[in-house]
Amino acid sequence: MTTTVNSADGASSNQPSVAYNFAYLDEQTKRMIRRSILKAVALPGYQVPFGGREMPMPYGWGTGGIQVSASVLGKHDVFKVIDQGSDDTTNAVSIRSFFARVAGVRTTTDTEEADIIQTRHRIPEQPLREGQIMVYQVPIPEPLRWMEPSEAETRTLHALEEYGVMHVKLYEDIARHGEIATSFDYPVLVNGRYVMSPSPLPKFDNPKMNQCPALQLFGAGREKRIYAIPPYTTVKSLDFEDHPFAVQQWNEPCAICGATDSYLDEIITDDAGGRMFVCSDTDHCFKRVAGQSLSAASDEEGEFFTTEVDSSVHERRKK
Amino acid sequence: MMPDEISRRTEALPGEEPALLQVEGLSHYYGERLGCRDISFDLWPGEVLGIVGESGSGKSTLLNLLAGRFPPSSGTIRYRDAEGLTHDINSLSEAVRRRILRTEWGFVHQHPRDGLRMRVSAGGNIGERLMACGSRHYGNIRSTALDWLERVEIAADRIDDRPTAYSGGMQQRLQIARNLVSGPRLVFMDEPTGGLDVSVQAKLLDLLRQLVRGLGLSVVLVTHDLAVARLLAHRLIVMRRGEVVESGLSDQVLDDPHHPYTQLLVSSILQG
Repeated sequence: MTTTVNSADGASSNQPSVAYNFAYLDEQTKRMIRRSILKAVALPGYQVPFGGREMPMPYGWGTGGIQVSASVLGKHDVFKVIDQGSDDTTNAVSIRSFFARVAGVRTTTDTEEADIIQTRHRIPEQPLREGQIMVYQVPIPEPLRWMEPSEAETRTLHALEEYGVMHVKLYEDIARHGEIATSFDYPVLVNGRYVMSPSPLPKFDNPKMNQCPALQLFGAGREKRIYAIPPYTTVKSLDFEDHPFAVQQWNEPCAICGATDSYLDEIITDDAGGRMFVCSDTDHCFKRVAGQSLSAASDEEGEFFTTEVDSSVHERRKK
Repeated sequence: MMPDEISRRTEALPGEEPALLQVEGLSHYYGERLGCRDISFDLWPGEVLGIVGESGSGKSTLLNLLAGRFPPSSGTIRYRDAEGLTHDINSLSEAVRRRILRTEWGFVHQHPRDGLRMRVSAGGNIGERLMACGSRHYGNIRSTALDWLERVEIAADRIDDRPTAYSGGMQQRLQIARNLVSGPRLVFMDEPTGGLDVSVQAKLLDLLRQLVRGLGLSVVLVTHDLAVARLLAHRLIVMRRGEVVESGLSDQVLDDPHHPYTQLLVSSILQG
């Protein structure tokens, strides 16, 4: 590193403040990854091996996604990162500032404005548009892994389209819980050919992958696999005829914006069993709140958090 | 025609079904070491063929060759499928071979752990083949699984238990149900009663005989236990050091053994 790192504010100037190649990876590496991406796009749902590189973060934090993002990022793209749907969690903030620094790209939290959205766990609530690229961070790319520990065997199963064993997992769910209890990483059939793991996505988001206008790229850093769903591809969630696929539902609306059609996170607010359900997609939630009576909503929210914090402090003092 | 050609006719006579499995000159070497040498026989529909011999005589090698688990050093295995087409097992594509394996064949391992998914419930174990064959209706899969549990005498309320919670005998019966659920035509069994205590063995043999007769299955049965062979097999092949030393009808071989080795085997049965 030749330059002092005094600012993460690469977005304001055109030159990144650190002497890395554009978007951290060298051009040969990016070419190699792009070749894998092209192959993945040509074979929707097929896991293409690639020469995964060490990234300046631990495996499991999105090393696959970050390599894919680095390879597809252009100088004029606008970059967004979400983690659990949220723009302001540690990982999302770090990866966003990483690319702001090493690529000098503009970053955003606005789903509509973003060209590339790197994500863990969620697809934004706002429908994606043509020209956007979703980049997923994938921990375990092999959907058959839970049933079949051998890599040689799972490759054969994919090659020969022997996917009966995937339904054994769903059968076990119904036998044990009375319904398909798999709520995330719910297996899908892509383009009528490959069974694919949608990373740790909640099954709530599975329908959004079907016929999606955006390009969807999946990167698994530890396992060194890339797979993809090209725009407007059929993505079907596996199910049984008498137990059709269904998404999660909540009994209450979002406590902040009142949305009834979004994916809600349960948040524990104190030690006395207090909890609230709020949108996991923060951008979506803020936009809805802004659309409503702006000042009233933010006031209420602020008040809510202050009182909660106060009461929990009191509780602790009593003890 | 040579006499042995007559005994090993491959063309069906009018009004008779042709052989299900035709094995010709099958040999296998593990490097320099002999697995089995020059083995030929035909298996007819509904027939139970016992392969007996002492440990290390090449029985399991032969069974694995027959089931297409690895290719032989030389020789051919021809299988006539449900549609009447004859396939050379070792020149088939892997896709077709695996399809035959999961639809028309079954393989019962000596150790149930090798043939079952131990982390999947009994119902899931039985249902796997149905789902592999395209069944996508939970209710139907479950009722078929219940039906098969009853047939192998496992209580219906054990359907959601994992095989780890089963006794050895139950595990073996579950493995048999898992193999027979898709209505196979040919089942390979490797010491199906090995490792079970005598009373459980007797019950299992009784059950096997019932199922095999009832379903008209063809079976290739490997065993070192001549009592099992006598009870189940119509015909016997006696192996020693990788070669067939004697073959014929079970009663004939066991009551009137010709080869000295067979005589030794028969005389070594414990008399109780």
